[in-house]
Amino acid sequence: MRIVGKTSQYVVMTLFAVAFLAPLVWMISASLRPEAKVLSSPPKFLPTDTQWSNYGEVFDLIPVFLWNSVKLAGLNVIGILIVASMAGYAFARLRFAGRDIAFMVLLATSIIPGIAYLIPQYIVFQHIGWVDTQYPLWVPKVLTPVFATFLMRQSFLTIPNELEDAGKIDGASTFGIYWRIMLPQTKPALAAIGVFTFLESWNDLFGPLIYITSENLQTLPVALAQFQGEYFTKISLLMAGATISVVPVIAVFLFAQRYFIQGITMTGMKG
Amino acid sequence: MSMATITMTRRTSDAVNTADVRRARRKQNLTGWLFISPIVVGVVAFQFFPILVSIAASLTDWNGISAPKFVGLKNFSEMFTDDPLFLQTFKNTVYFTLASIPLTIGIGLVLALLCARPIRGVAFFRTAYFAPYVTNVVAIGFVWFWFFQPDNGVINGLLSQLGINGPQWLSSSSWAMPAVIMVSVWQGIGYPMIILLAGLQGLPNEFYESAKIDGAAAWQRLRFITLPLLTPHFLFLLITQFISSFQVFGLIYVMTKGGPGHATSVYIYNIYQNAFSYGKVGYASAMAWILFVVIAAVTFLQWKLQKRWVFYT
Repeated sequence: MRIVGKTSQYVVMTLFAVAFLAPLVWMISASLRPEAKVLSSPPKFLPTDTQWSNYGEVFDLIPVFLWNSVKLAGLNVIGILIVASMAGYAFARLRFAGRDIAFMVLLATSIIPGIAYLIPQYIVFQHIGWVDTQYPLWVPKVLTPVFATFLMRQSFLTIPNELEDAGKIDGASTFGIYWRIMLPQTKPALAAIGVFTFLESWNDLFGPLIYITSENLQTLPVALAQFQGEYFTKISLLMAGATISVVPVIAVFLFAQRYFIQGITMTGMKG
Repeated sequence: MSMATITMTRRTSDAVNTADVRRARRKQNLTGWLFISPIVVGVVAFQFFPILVSIAASLTDWNGISAPKFVGLKNFSEMFTDDPLFLQTFKNTVYFTLASIPLTIGIGLVLALLCARPIRGVAFFRTAYFAPYVTNVVAIGFVWFWFFQPDNGVINGLLSQLGINGPQWLSSSSWAMPAVIMVSVWQGIGYPMIILLAGLQGLPNEFYESAKIDGAAAWQRLRFITLPLLTPHFLFLLITQFISSFQVFGLIYVMTKGGPGHATSVYIYNIYQNAFSYGKVGYASAMAWILFVVIAAVTFLQWKLQKRWVFYT
């Protein structure tokens, strides 16, 4: 659509890009400044008096938080991919009594706001001694990937029958057909779900906030929020920590942007 | 062979077949349920069961530790008659939602229109607009917290360059909410942009060609072709954005903790405090169910009203 000329389009797009990136650029440059120069008047967005030692200081504090974030993201991604792809495969390609009702019931659960079951879940976990452990941050999530199952089902439905039939003639077991023949055909959906799950696990605030009280179990983003008064007392250190918490996410997003966007549009408008 | 023997053999083979079929079907059922067993167990244990507990808890006075005391509908009546904070957080949430939905969808549309044109570097711009959406709220909340510092923050620093004396932002009861809304919009725009961009790229070309022949100006094409064709996407966004805005929590927690006073305390933040800070599990559960009713009712209404404005080709 040619509503404006190309030059003015670039001008407008650049202005928007500045507005969207400036806070992130400021975060990085603040993380590299001496504490006294973090907030300056007039405000500066580009690094001045670069002081790399901020990162040295932060790296004394955060390896354990970083590891917790990585570990939980890994558990969630692998677990959800396995559980959702198995269920998605069964709902799309296997015939069994109660299949369609089970699928409808699963989808129906997604209309209940999470907070309605998160409160009693907390009480239950309190009773079985799971509070202040990392189990609540992955076990319930890995075992309830309704949205990912929906995506996987859509993806398995598009695979032609011939492949599956060839496997049956070769005498492969149902699990063999799922694992060796069908699963490799759904790589784009697996990638989309993997990226979504990674981001969701990495950026989760509510779960770690209510469940984790021990420092050595906390995830990086939530540790920044919880221990800002204790450890991240300087703005520059807080911004260095924030930068480190953002970098893996941006990296994953840049690498897998295509799948991520596919995932959004797939669930968004073609359901 | 006589007729009798033929019928006999057919009968026995039928019998064998049905037994085989039954065995095969049983095996099929078992295999199917084995494949879905992890998610079925999970949903029953971590959703259905807690949901039942939550419904029961909403009718009790319960701190989650000692025995719950049945109080009937008292929690629900208390909310509306005896809890000014409930009403205030409800109003704050409506304010937040009504301001952020049109802004995210509106600016998202502008960005989608800009990115829909195949020009050099468009991938960079699209990624830039989308970056805040994937960034965690703690990092974002902190950055903007310092941006909004009244005395030496970035926003008032920039405003003072223009000769404007900026407000107190997060420490002002009237400016804190607009500030939080601004950040939320800034972070959230990527989602509607991607949805609308996908919509724009899927629009049929015929309409535009005939419109050009008829001499329709660019803005007329936007107003009378593009926007009507995108209405299904707008409906989808209105529904999903309502659901997510009404449950905003992270930015509020990081930036204001509901303050100053209760000026930015929103519905989920209030539930969070009741359940996890004050130990009012019964009351918080009742609030969660009111939230469910509000979301379900508004979603249903939006679905019903679509006839009046959504255009399907």
